[in-house]
Amino acid sequence: MEINRRSGKLLLGLWVVAAILVVKLFYIQIIDSRYKQDASNNSMIYDVIYPPRGIIYDRNGEILVGNKVCYDILVTPREVGPFDTLSLAAVLGVEPDFIRERMAYYRTYRRKIGFQTLPFVKQLPAETYNKFAELRYAFPGFRGQVRTIREYPFNAGGNLLGYVSEVDAAFLKKHPDEYRSGDYAGRTGLEAAREEELRGSKGYHILLRDNRGRIQSRYKGGEEDRAAVPGHDIVTTIDAPLQQYGQRLMEGKRGSLIAIEPATGEILTMVSSPGIDVDVLTEIGKHYEALVQDKNRPMFNRTVQASYPPGSVFKLINGLIGLQEGVLKPEYQYPCSKGYAYAKNHKLGCHNHRSPLNLEEAVMMSCNAYFCYVLKNLLENPAYKNTGEAFDRWRDYVLSFGFGHPLGTDVPSELGGNVPTSKFYDRHYGKGRWKFSNIVSLSIGQGEIGATPLQIANLAAIVANRGFFYTPHIVKDSDGVRIDDKFRERHYTLVDTTHFHKVIGGMWRAVNGGPGSGGTATAAAVPGLDICGKTGTAQNPHGADNSVFICFAPREHPRIAVVGYVENAGWGGSYAAPIASLLVERYLTGTIREERKPLEQRMMQTRFIP
Amino acid sequence: MKSGVGRSLGQSLDWKLVVIYLLLVLIGWLNIYASVYSSDPSSIFDWSVRSGKQFVWILTAFGLALLVLFAINPRLWEVLSPYGYLLVLVLLVAVIFLSRDVKGSHSWFEFGPIKFQPAEISKITTSLLLAAVLSRPGFHMNVRKDFLMAAAIIALPMLVIVGESETGSALVYVGFLFVLYREGLSGWFLGVIGAAIILFIVTLKTSPLVSGLVLAALLLAGLIYVLRRTRRYSRDRRFGLRLLLAGAILGGLFIVSTGFAFDHLLAEHQRLRIEVLLGIREDPAGVGYNVRQSMIAIGSGGFWGKGFLQGTQTTFGFVPEQSTDFIFCTVGEEWGFVGCLLVILLYVLLIRRIIYDAEESREAFTRIYGLCLASCLFMHLFINIGMTIGLMPVIGIPLPFLSYGGSSLWAFTLMLFIFVALHRQENKYF
Repeated sequence: MEINRRSGKLLLGLWVVAAILVVKLFYIQIIDSRYKQDASNNSMIYDVIYPPRGIIYDRNGEILVGNKVCYDILVTPREVGPFDTLSLAAVLGVEPDFIRERMAYYRTYRRKIGFQTLPFVKQLPAETYNKFAELRYAFPGFRGQVRTIREYPFNAGGNLLGYVSEVDAAFLKKHPDEYRSGDYAGRTGLEAAREEELRGSKGYHILLRDNRGRIQSRYKGGEEDRAAVPGHDIVTTIDAPLQQYGQRLMEGKRGSLIAIEPATGEILTMVSSPGIDVDVLTEIGKHYEALVQDKNRPMFNRTVQASYPPGSVFKLINGLIGLQEGVLKPEYQYPCSKGYAYAKNHKLGCHNHRSPLNLEEAVMMSCNAYFCYVLKNLLENPAYKNTGEAFDRWRDYVLSFGFGHPLGTDVPSELGGNVPTSKFYDRHYGKGRWKFSNIVSLSIGQGEIGATPLQIANLAAIVANRGFFYTPHIVKDSDGVRIDDKFRERHYTLVDTTHFHKVIGGMWRAVNGGPGSGGTATAAAVPGLDICGKTGTAQNPHGADNSVFICFAPREHPRIAVVGYVENAGWGGSYAAPIASLLVERYLTGTIREERKPLEQRMMQTRFIP
Repeated sequence: MKSGVGRSLGQSLDWKLVVIYLLLVLIGWLNIYASVYSSDPSSIFDWSVRSGKQFVWILTAFGLALLVLFAINPRLWEVLSPYGYLLVLVLLVAVIFLSRDVKGSHSWFEFGPIKFQPAEISKITTSLLLAAVLSRPGFHMNVRKDFLMAAAIIALPMLVIVGESETGSALVYVGFLFVLYREGLSGWFLGVIGAAIILFIVTLKTSPLVSGLVLAALLLAGLIYVLRRTRRYSRDRRFGLRLLLAGAILGGLFIVSTGFAFDHLLAEHQRLRIEVLLGIREDPAGVGYNVRQSMIAIGSGGFWGKGFLQGTQTTFGFVPEQSTDFIFCTVGEEWGFVGCLLVILLYVLLIRRIIYDAEESREAFTRIYGLCLASCLFMHLFINIGMTIGLMPVIGIPLPFLSYGGSSLWAFTLMLFIFVALHRQENKYF
């Protein structure tokens, strides 16, 4: 039949393309044996190799979080032959009914399951697995798979480290590409924050199996297998023994205890109490409900998430601002008659001490009235148009001390506390209708101000450094893990270095003034260590006052700065100061002096919560 | 047929087309059954598995075919073509905004259990409108206005489908170029496009030096062709030489810029698929996984195949999408080279028969529609089978009549039987 010339050409093209397809088919079906493997209907299976997670070290190379090998038993229901249920139960250490139930389940859902391999029993110890391996031939369709799970040689830093658990459906939905069902992922703390570095990447063996599902050999002799890449190790700034010691001191108390190395901003110890014990971390699934329901909220990381009034330790900032603004001189003396009357019939109380005092003595004895005068001078400074402007200037200073916004630490889920603005008071009282007497509590770190324990610890580091800080952090540089450059940057406050020694003198005398001197923290004194500290007693609407203490030591070239914040423990000198000083002593001398042992005992044994 | 006018059904209907159609549908059904068999050894009619569902799709498709043959006046297709085209175009755009994201593409309407992809119907409406416009008296492919009209009819739905991120489905529209060629478009067009595709692949696969040599060879071949086939000083020769010059410049730019276009214009998954296909990237568990498993399945079939329901690769669930886009794997594994040959032969015979019927027709509308149909079938055949054997990148389009799925089967049945009806009507009265 005649056909249009162009259609004829197209038809020719059709035959050519068909021929190309057929030639390629001929090649892969008949000539090239690569695609055939052999005549026995082989097929490939991917056997996943899980990488070990990175190890987490403390600053001295102690392992905080390691790995231990365990085994999952997997089952491919389609390949399960007849076996003795009782002996499998005995080998795996499970109830026979558990096995019967699972097998019934597999039968019910056999269509859905198809040829998939499913986990049967998870995280068996090596001894159990060895028993199973010896008898494996008796249980067709079952096999073992190596996994590594977390191990914690030190009971230190449970909250900080966080836990690892198998990914759930919600997590998979959020990370559809990186994770598969059965993978583990860090869910809180460092494990979550450093998940990318810690997790490594999975590998696989490609195996061939015959048409009865028996594994025959490695595909291409393992040529195309991919090795698992272990996760990167993380070195933290934590000092493990010190962390552990801190946890023991804080046992039975609600609060925080943080130690920072001022010269680097490295966090040596970070205790949020009550916290999570590391033994709980390995089996988080079992304990999760109880942890969530505990009314002391052990999952809540107080060190970076709780916002407390800083209390009297904040007087240091007010004093320093006063010096910088020129409205306060160290030799200025102010009277105190058991308080400060800021309005008719209104008095902000103070404790009993001699009067009048100069700045150093006011810091040493923590005089409330003195710092009311200081804030009054600041807010009524004629250099500013009005109280609002003076207040905003004051606020800039406070912010430069790291308050009022998150510090930007690498501890996960950090919050920023609060420093009010003049606008806040404008809204509350009306614009220009408030003055110093309305906000007098800010003089002593009470009222509308809130800070995290980390921010307060950072204040101790700032004073120790005489005016600057490095953003506190818990991860150090190590092979394969570089920390952000922002942790190497000095942040200066708006107060000149020259002003700091004037309050430090007071801090030294508060601790080392000796009994009867009026110093508020004499319980924290350790001969030879030159601890400088400032107590605080912050009001807590829920019960007794919070006991607060910040300190650093030694006075010159400080090596450690500490905050102790114990909820409902009374005044600053009672618990926070001894606890913080014990931590300092332990860090600087490695031991506790004989005469301070009873104090240590008392601190460890006192419990405010069950 | 007793009822009066025209020849009987037996004489007027092209039975060969119908028989090939029935054979392909049957082969598809059996292979769908095979692909779900091992994980589910149930009856082929079991409604809960895909073979049972496909049985229902097949029966309804037959009903659709009968409807098209006997209940609808074939004249109507030409009359309605502009409306159908516009309606489907609106649906194509609407689906972008109204559909859920399925693997990155927005192309499915969902009404409870029923899913429907406007892109499937769009091939039919585009073919009908193209046939209507090209068959209008006074249409000349070489008149610029007319050519642009034809190009726009093809390009409009194609671009919208690209916008739905269904680049694979859009590729099928390239096939309409064959129709334009048959209807008078200069052969240069096909030549240039073919050369561009060769150049694109060579540029990605090899160094700029080799691509440069290939470009030179292509230009030389073009030059020889021009000098031998055109008369001196003719318009054709001048055009040809200019085209070659343009080709040299554009080709050079192309080689320089392909890397850029490839890196920046294509989506990540498309780039990966092309790279794996070309062997630039070895990736057994990722993108290459589908292709590798599919090639192992087909390759393991050997000459005679493993026999019906005896396949392991396809039935163990190693090949993804095994009953839809990768149905050819089951054919290759269980029926071997012989089965593949038979299936390809059936397609070639079907397409050939359609082209002959089309050329035989006295009506330009029928002819052009038939060629559109043949081109679409050809593109699906080449892309789909090419993909399963590693000749083409993984592009998710079905194998006509074989792949599982109601909307695809209905669409192809409708498209084929409109042609059968057009052909029959003419046969009946002339």
